[in-house]
Amino acid sequence: MKHARIRLPGQADIHPVLVQADHSVQLADGRRFAEDAVEWLPPAEGTVFALGLNYADHAAELAFKAPTEPLVFLKSPATLTGHRQVSVRPDNLLYMHYECELVVIIGKTAKNVKRAQAMDYVAGYSVCNDYAVRDYLENYYRPNLRVKNRDTLTPIGPWWVDRDDVADPAALALRTWVNGELRQQGNTRDMVFDIPYLIEYLSSFMTLSPGDMIATGTPEGLADVVPGDEVVVEVEGVGRLVNHIVSETQYAALHTTAV
Amino acid sequence: MKQGRIVLDQQARHVTPLADGKLLLDNGNPLADQPQWLAPTSGTVYGVALNHRSLLDKLAADFQQPPYQKAPATPVLFIKPRNTHAGHASNIALPAQAGKVFAGGTLGVVIGKTASKLAEEQALDVVAGYTVVNEISLEESSFYRPAVKAKCRDGFCPMGPWQVDAASIDPLNVEIRSYLNGQLAETNHSRDWLRSVPQLIAALSQFMTLQPGDVIIPATPLRQLEIRPGDSVAVEIDGIGRLENRFIAEESAQ
Repeated sequence: MKHARIRLPGQADIHPVLVQADHSVQLADGRRFAEDAVEWLPPAEGTVFALGLNYADHAAELAFKAPTEPLVFLKSPATLTGHRQVSVRPDNLLYMHYECELVVIIGKTAKNVKRAQAMDYVAGYSVCNDYAVRDYLENYYRPNLRVKNRDTLTPIGPWWVDRDDVADPAALALRTWVNGELRQQGNTRDMVFDIPYLIEYLSSFMTLSPGDMIATGTPEGLADVVPGDEVVVEVEGVGRLVNHIVSETQYAALHTTAV
Repeated sequence: MKQGRIVLDQQARHVTPLADGKLLLDNGNPLADQPQWLAPTSGTVYGVALNHRSLLDKLAADFQQPPYQKAPATPVLFIKPRNTHAGHASNIALPAQAGKVFAGGTLGVVIGKTASKLAEEQALDVVAGYTVVNEISLEESSFYRPAVKAKCRDGFCPMGPWQVDAASIDPLNVEIRSYLNGQLAETNHSRDWLRSVPQLIAALSQFMTLQPGDVIIPATPLRQLEIRPGDSVAVEIDGIGRLENRFIAEESAQ
């Protein structure tokens, strides 16, 4: 099953929904709405972990050796946005790129979990686009929040799918299209640190809780995106997340009209 | 006005202090039990690294070398996620094989209004109040990569017991005293912070919207207050209160 969180137009309430085959959503009271008739929100709430350099080809692309220990950083809810929303490219930039990633959603409190049991703690999977503004990288706590935790720059969703609906999370194609053109391709089999390893690693020094999310890194094929671009990231068997890039001015205009 | 949060019947409830030291619940009833304190807020906690002169002075030469090459141009930020949040009087487990652990007595700035792209002059308008924070960390030998393993362990961000109204504290003139087993061990003063509270709120809000309940930890001093199992650390700020936690070896933690 596919689980999402949505708002209805002009309403503040957040509804957990089940997503149907045609991407319409069903509320708990049985009401149905089409995909384009709702506001899609991030599908879970919790601590957000993200992995840097977790695909060997991407590490090479950035001229790094693959890490010997997971390069983990954190995100806050401030940066998350949902399916079919916009992301802001700051003005006066040289380089902002997309990153298609498989996201693991934790379903059970996990502390000191061993690799062999790690998958018992997974509720399901989602997709995120972990945009980075490379101009703002500094060599302190890299990648810092100014690069990776900006408003609107982490679309996630559209939904999460149950763990058991994905036969092998270590064999999923990742793809990114910009304006319909395939720009990034990879496969989760090429992760440096796989999902069980990451759960064992993180839970060895902190407790994971239901709703926590682990964005597992991105393969090679990064490119700049500009206002007007439609960016679609897809993880095979999980979901296809649509996002549009806007300028700061366009975003400000959207937010003065939408109350 | 002082306010704290406790757990009662598995629910988070607000309490206020009475003159005799007893607590009043948010429905006007007195609390008879010993309080089980929570952090006064449940929002995102943003810490600012490398904002205390004691640390900057020590590292100035290193920052000209690889991997840094140059001193930071913008605030260096980190997140203390929800598993680190803890209340006053809670026991905190010290990990068994992780090396030294250090206290970090500091101020917590609690945001009260949605805040985006603020000028420094408006920044204090969005502050709801202040609390006391102990920003605990393992030793950090490098600031090149995010310090999740050092800073994000369970219970490594006790806060409280009280949140006081913004009007009662001048964030440009705050002294934070840390006591190890009752002895004054460290003083952290806002005059030693490279960027002030209003400057930090303005800087953070330029690129991410702050929400009511979010907390900013403006600066932690150079790590020197080492904690060992059995120690008690109290952090005190005049006008806010005293946050005290006992530290226990991990295997005996409940």
